Amino acid sequence: MESPGLISIRKEATDAPLGPANTLWRDAFRRLLRHRLAMFGALVLFVVVVMGIFGPAITPYDPNGMDFADRFATPSFEHWMGTDDFGRDIFSRIILGARVSLMVGFIAVSVATVVGTGLGLMAGYSTRVTDEVIMRAMDVLYAFPPILLAIAIMAALGKGIGNAMIAIGIVYIPIFARIARGAVLGIRNEEFIIAAKAMGAGDIRILLTHVLPNVLSPIIVEITLSLAFAILAEAALSFFGFGTQPPDPSWGRMLSEGRAFFRQSGWMGVFPGLAIFFTVMGFNFLGDGLRDALDPKLRR
Amino acid sequence: MNYQYVVQRLLLALVVVLGITFVVFMIMQIVPGDPARVILGPYASEESVAGLRARLGLDRPFLEQYLVWLSKAVRGDFGQSLLNSQDIAPQLRGRIGPSFELAMVSLVIGLVIAFPIGIISALKPGSAIDIIATIFSQIGVSVPSFWMGILLIIVFSLNLDLLPPSGYTPIWEDAGDWLAHIILPAFTAGFVSASIQTRFIRSAMLDVLNANYVQTARAKGLTERTVIMRHALRNALINIVTIIGLQITALFSGIVIVEVVFSWPGLGRLAFNAVEERDYPLLQGTVLVIAIMVTMVNLFVDLLYFLLDPRIEYA
Repeated sequence: MESPGLISIRKEATDAPLGPANTLWRDAFRRLLRHRLAMFGALVLFVVVVMGIFGPAITPYDPNGMDFADRFATPSFEHWMGTDDFGRDIFSRIILGARVSLMVGFIAVSVATVVGTGLGLMAGYSTRVTDEVIMRAMDVLYAFPPILLAIAIMAALGKGIGNAMIAIGIVYIPIFARIARGAVLGIRNEEFIIAAKAMGAGDIRILLTHVLPNVLSPIIVEITLSLAFAILAEAALSFFGFGTQPPDPSWGRMLSEGRAFFRQSGWMGVFPGLAIFFTVMGFNFLGDGLRDALDPKLRR
Repeated sequence: MNYQYVVQRLLLALVVVLGITFVVFMIMQIVPGDPARVILGPYASEESVAGLRARLGLDRPFLEQYLVWLSKAVRGDFGQSLLNSQDIAPQLRGRIGPSFELAMVSLVIGLVIAFPIGIISALKPGSAIDIIATIFSQIGVSVPSFWMGILLIIVFSLNLDLLPPSGYTPIWEDAGDWLAHIILPAFTAGFVSASIQTRFIRSAMLDVLNANYVQTARAKGLTERTVIMRHALRNALINIVTIIGLQITALFSGIVIVEVVFSWPGLGRLAFNAVEERDYPLLQGTVLVIAIMVTMVNLFVDLLYFLLDPRIEYA
């Protein structure tokens, strides 16, 4: 049975004029724009990114400024999300927390993408022995529950935001290695690769200029989805006290610090949790939309 | 039957377990500086640091350290906890049961939620219920489980006073109390797992619903119920079993978090305590047992898959 995705591409292919403007990526972008959930995700992420970039400049109050006369204030026009046990404005702290979440997410996923994709390309393209060694090592890393491995790595390296990035990055290396290897195996015997080899191109050149661009779309999708997981992982690590250290506000730490007061002052628990939830959901929606847009054959 | 697959799968599991021991051993090796100094703190005397170094075997060459540690670990000797100087193995044994119970109940709760939603949304793709199911599964994977756990404690334990907020009772002591304690943590871990499984079950069902044999079954005039239960679901189950296997690692990840939030006396909480106390030998033992448990469950699921679908070959 033909999926609606295929039908729409065929229609586009016949409607659209031929030429360089009608590229694969442009088609994918157009499909993404029509994906409602992905656009909702993108909108949420836009807000979070703005909060992350402009952080301290747009907070209504000093995020670390204490006001003991105004402790546990309920959400109001003055304090949109109320105040915490030190009288700090929760909304301001959530704005500043966006920066931490995004930074940890982006750096951790960059580590995983570069190392994982590199290993995966090597495994898929080189000899059987190299492939076996790399992929069995990836199987080993994959056998650990992600959070447990991250906690164990942090136990060794020490607490702190930098080590959290490294730990989360290492945890997601095998996923990228598997995806990149799978994609390489799918194309390594294609004519354009054989042609490049015949023309005398070296392995690294072939990998970077011919293989990599062709495995990019599954990797882009995985980057987006991994960002969701990385932000959840950072929040969990900070919640347990391993990640961000005081006085930097982070959503995970706000939840662990305020835990004792949730029953009386529910807003202290609700808003940081919602911030994590919406950011993660934004990346998940966008990732799913990207998958549909970049690989319409998979769409159902 | 293709027994070569079984042999290769067993060999792979052995290689992975060996690799796991190496990674776990490396935990102490990557501690920056001297692990003995890190454990004892900056004010400990040189003698006590040197003593601990010798006790942990850190003064020996790397490979010798690993082989000694491995040969002991294989015999179930994980050394002594630095904190209470007690043998680690008995502490681990006492924690496996509660963790395993929590994992299984979470898995069952996950499947009970995921099966009906996944099947119904596959039967009516694009319908309102399908869209709601998609959004549900997206929400489920986006909720931080520690946050959900806390909210459940506040609502069901503190405000409504229906269920205990934390703790554990062994099932053979008081089954009712065991159930009361496990509901909230298992629901927290199971909810996340349900949202992932819903998508896979939907997709596995969609695959078989479009297959020729399902159309043949319909053409024969069988009732829709028979077509779905006897022809479609049975075949979809093969894929679903594999997916449950893949979920095991993620499920255990969730359980580590849930155990800490609900003070559940399992391996995850023990690992967490070991990190807090810088008890590296205890951490190594705990992480090793969890990783091997996950590998064994994955092995079991793969072999089960082989039994369900003998066409499978080692890729």
